[in-house]
Parts: sequence; C-alpha cells; structure tokens
Amino acid sequence: MLAIESLHVRVEDKEILKGISLNVGAGEVHAIMGPNGSGKSTLAHVLAGRDGYTVTSGMATYNHANLLAMPPEERAREGVFLAFQYPVEIPGVSNIYLLKTAVNAIRKHRALEELDAMDFIGLVKSKMKLVDMDEQFLYRAVNEGFSGGEKKRNEILQMAVLEPRLAILDETDSGLDIDALRVVSDGVNALRSKDRSFILVTHYQRLLDYIKPDFVHVLAGGRIVKSGDASLALELEDRGYGWLEQHAGAAS
Amino acid sequence: MSTELKQHYTAQYSAIKASLPGMGLSWLNTAREKALANFSESGFPSPREEEWRYTNIAPIERRRFSSVSSPFEAVDRSRLKQFSIDGAASLVFVNGRSNRELSVLPEPARGIIACSMAEALELHADRVREYFAGVLNKESNGFLAFNTALFTDGAFVYVPQDMKVASPVHLIFVSTGADGLSTTRNLVIAGPGSQAEIIESYIGSEESGYLSAAVSELVLAEQADIRWSKLQCESNRGFHFGGLYADVGRYGRLNHANFSFGGLLARNEVHVDLSEASECSLDGLFLCTGRQHVDHHTRICHREAHGFSRESYKGILDQRARGVFQGRIIVARDAQKTDAEMSNRNLLLSSDAEIDSKPQLEIYADDVKCAHGVTVGQLDEQSVFYLRSRGVDRESARNMLTFAFANEMVEKVKRPGLRSVIQAELLAALPQTGVRKEWL
Repeated sequence: MLAIESLHVRVEDKEILKGISLNVGAGEVHAIMGPNGSGKSTLAHVLAGRDGYTVTSGMATYNHANLLAMPPEERAREGVFLAFQYPVEIPGVSNIYLLKTAVNAIRKHRALEELDAMDFIGLVKSKMKLVDMDEQFLYRAVNEGFSGGEKKRNEILQMAVLEPRLAILDETDSGLDIDALRVVSDGVNALRSKDRSFILVTHYQRLLDYIKPDFVHVLAGGRIVKSGDASLALELEDRGYGWLEQHAGAAS
Repeated sequence: MSTELKQHYTAQYSAIKASLPGMGLSWLNTAREKALANFSESGFPSPREEEWRYTNIAPIERRRFSSVSSPFEAVDRSRLKQFSIDGAASLVFVNGRSNRELSVLPEPARGIIACSMAEALELHADRVREYFAGVLNKESNGFLAFNTALFTDGAFVYVPQDMKVASPVHLIFVSTGADGLSTTRNLVIAGPGSQAEIIESYIGSEESGYLSAAVSELVLAEQADIRWSKLQCESNRGFHFGGLYADVGRYGRLNHANFSFGGLLARNEVHVDLSEASECSLDGLFLCTGRQHVDHHTRICHREAHGFSRESYKGILDQRARGVFQGRIIVARDAQKTDAEMSNRNLLLSSDAEIDSKPQLEIYADDVKCAHGVTVGQLDEQSVFYLRSRGVDRESARNMLTFAFANEMVEKVKRPGLRSVIQAELLAALPQTGVRKEWL
C-alpha cells in the first residue's frame, strides 16, 4: 500500500528526516514511536502533504503512484487520512458542512454521485455511535470550543465517515484521559480491516495497550533505528528511548 | 471644492424647491436654506479633516448629480423582490421619493406611524418639528448640510409609549438613473418602553453611477428598545453616504447591524449617544473588492454612568479594494462604571488590498472598563491545509474560510427572513466555489 524509500526531508535549513524506509502493507497497523524531536510528526505531515517541508531525496509510493507529487486534497481523495495532533478550530464552518464537503469531494473523485441529504445524515449518525458523540456536535463549528478529547474524537469521526485506506494518526493519544483514550481506540479498532492500513505516531506505549500494532518502529534522530513487533513497544516502556538514541548516535 | 460645483447644487435646490416636501413650513424652509448656505460655505468634507483623512471623496466632487423624478418603471422588480422579508411592512423609495405602488404599508394599528417624510410633514408636522435635526445638531459636515438642504423624502416612524411592534419596518431605497441623486432623510422616534425593528436597504441599477445620501435620526426615549439593520447593497458604480445618528434614553437599548457589500465609494457613519444605564451593540461586516472603497466611521458617546456598549466590525478586502474603520468611544467625565468594548477584525485576500483601522478611546472618567482590539490578517494556512487534508481543493478551502469569517456576523442576525436576505447577498458577493447555500 505504502512504500517509503530513503526519504530525506528538510525544514528550512534543517534536515529532519535522514533516510526513512518503511513498507506498509494492506491491513497492517504500524506504530511509529520515538522521543520528541525525532521526526515522527514531520513524517506524518509529509505523507499528508503539508507545506513547508522539502523532500531532498527518496520517495513515497502509494498504491503504485508517486504520493509526494500529489496535492494534499488528491491524497485525501485517494484515501490518505491524517488525524491531526492539534486539530484546527474553524469558526463559521459547521462540522456537518465540512463532512458533507469532504465526502462529496471524495465521491466526485471516484466518479460517484453526491449523497443525498438523507443518506448522508444516516451515514454520519451511524459513525457517530462509534465515537460516542452527540448529534449536536454536527451543528457546531469545527472543533471550536471543543475539549481536547472532543477534538480527537472528532478526528476519528471524520476518519470513520471518510473511510480512508491509509490512516495516519499523529499523537492521537496525547492529552487524552483514560476514558477518551478508550473511546478513540475502540473507534480505531472498529475501523481496522484487511484493506485499511494504519500508521500510529505516538510517544507513549499507552495507546498500544488499546490498539495492538503489527509492527513497531522506533524513530530517533530522523532515522528508524529499530523495528520489531508489538513486544518492542513494551521493551521501550521498560527501558525508555535512551539506549536506542545512543545506538543511533553511534551509527551516524 | 469648486465654486462651479457649489453652484450646481444651489441650482439643484432652486430647481426642485417647489417639489420638496414640507415646503409650506417656514421652520423647515429656514433649516434647508441655512443648511444650503453652510454647504455653499464648506462644501463636501475634504481629506484635510481628520475624520475624512482616509477617504477622499474627489470622485463624488467630479460628478454633477441631479435629482431625477422617479420613473419607477426603471426599478428592477426581481432585484427588489430579493429584499422582501416575510412579515415586514416595506416603504420603498425610488430615487429619493416614496413609491406607494411598490410599498407594502403596515397595518394601521394602535397609533404607530410609519409613512413617508412627505406625508409626515403634511399630517404630523408638529411631531416632526419637535425632533427634526435634534440629534444631528451636534454634528456638522458637508454631507449632513447637503442632506438637510436637499432631502426629497424619507421615512417617518413613530412608535408610541410601551408599544411592542412585532413586525419590522423595512425601508428600501432604490436608485436608478445615471448621475441621479437620492437624498433621503429618515426620522424614527421610539416612545418610552417601546420596542421595534427597522431595516434599511439600499440598492441600485447595476450600470449607473449615482449618489445616495441618506441620513437617519433615531430618538429612543427611556427604556425604548430598537433593533436596526442596514444593508448597503448599492450598485458597483454607486456612491453612498449614509449616517445614523441615535440618541438613547435612560435604560434604552439599540442593537445596530451594518452590512456593507456594494458601492464604488461608500461611507457609513453610526453615531450613538448613550444615557444612564443604556446600552448599544454595533455590529458590522463589509466586503470590498475590485476598486471599491468602503469607510466605516462610528462614534459611541457614553454621556452618563453605567452604560454598556459592544462593537464588532469585520472587513474582507480583496483585489485593490480599500477599507477604512474609524471607531471612536468617548466616555464622559460623569460616565462612571461604563463598560465598553470595540473590535475590528480584517481579512486581506490580496496583497494590493488595504485597510486603515483606527480605534480611538477617549476616557474622561476614572472607574470604567474599556477595551479595544484590531487585527489584520490573511487566511490561516493551517486551516486551509486542514480542509485540504479532508479532500477539499485549495480554492474551495479558501472560499469556505472566507465565507465563514463573514458568516459569523450574519449568524448574529435574529430574524430568519432578514438573515437569509443578507446571506444571499453575501454569497453573491463572495467567490462561490466550494460554498453551497443548501449546506449551511
């Protein structure tokens, strides 16, 4: 589904990613862990197409197409979804308006007809149950005045409605209490399928108690310094990142 | 200002004098002639005056506008229909004169008066005389003198004590002729404890350049409550000068909303004098594009203690447009415990657009709460990216965010019929890709 090869990325004059290679197959869940400043969020943003990053070398192929050449909206329409660490508040645009616009933009891209109002509201309501959200949230401005937990649930709701093929969750667990974490994780688990892949970017192992990854990668100093299965996350929980960072330092 | 220009308007006055409303009334004749003399003296305001620093009205001075008798066949009925509001009585004025055929007069109930100024000067001359130019007296500028000398009609609304009027009175001013002059004067009197809603709309023919000079005086007695909305939707070649001068009595309340979408050169003034424990809210939204120039000038004067005011103006400027916001709050020495806030937020969509924003607080009391804030910015790129990451193309994302910025002000409008008229005008004025009315 996604093949990243030797990806080098700069922000202004600083090289943040120094050769990332990663293969994500259909239906797989990959966790990317690492200390602050390791480049985790940069990787998530580059894959979603945010401005301000310069890819100096390497490539990312998504379903055999050059992902990095697509504008962000095309990536979204092709099934890439980024759940933001800090979802943006948009006063004046209601949640339901955003969802309708997004759903129909994606349907249009896939040569499908627009959903009529009844079908659309039915779809959204069924997905709201997944994240335990009240219907009134639909008519509020996007994320405006939402608590941290509500914002993250709203991201998962958007993901559920848009049904991506590759979902990238950037620190979705940050700032969540245990109940919110459970709701969010249940939502993600409900969306796992053999055709849908996930990249979970996280600092803490905690999220992985709820969403069991197939693979865990440790990012440090802009490189993946270790890959393994879910047990690697537990090891990190015990030993911290220090031993791997030293390892990365020695390698470079 | 050139002598020739002053002569033009003096000649205008002589030409239409016989047909001006209230011409039999000597007090009004005197007021008009005094105003004409003042205008001949001072002319239109010049950029040398502090209050007019950012707005050069030379384009108005270059033209010679003349009063045109109202060929109301020229009125675009479908355009007029777009301004119809359910349940509202409407008084329609064409080129500055009331038009009965196009108007929907209010039910003649329980002593409320809503009629043309011409009619009021025949039937209620004493009442008009009692209030006419009363609020205005303290103000002087060329446009006001011009208006007093030359007004050809306008609306007169009188709401008796304790009357709560459920349906709004909608004043619609239509300008049609090229180089035409629409000079109107409105007077609204709200008796003690009364409640009413006034809407004024300004529209004009697309092709013609004309001058619409409209002055309203509003007097709120004790505990009166007035909601007033203005829709400035003049044609893209129209010139507009509009002023509302309000005096709010003790415990009175004025909610004013100013929507300014049209006109090539437009100036909107709102002046409010507040008495003890009275309050006002002034909301405004202006959009300008192309080479439009829109100027908002507001003044709130807290004369007495315990007053409360909130002001919030938002502007969106695109292409080579220029906007001006001058907001002044004055807190007099005796106006202790005043609570006043003013904000002006502007969105610049092009690097050639310009906004001059000048908030002014003049505080002479020592126990008050006053705040002001101005922002000038562009669309938030993080928000644009957020929308794009959900599949929305860049242009649609920008348009959605622009509309959202404006719509925040429209959503404050309480009356659904009015809100949908404003929303339709807003949609028509902004780029539409990605913004769909049926999804709002």
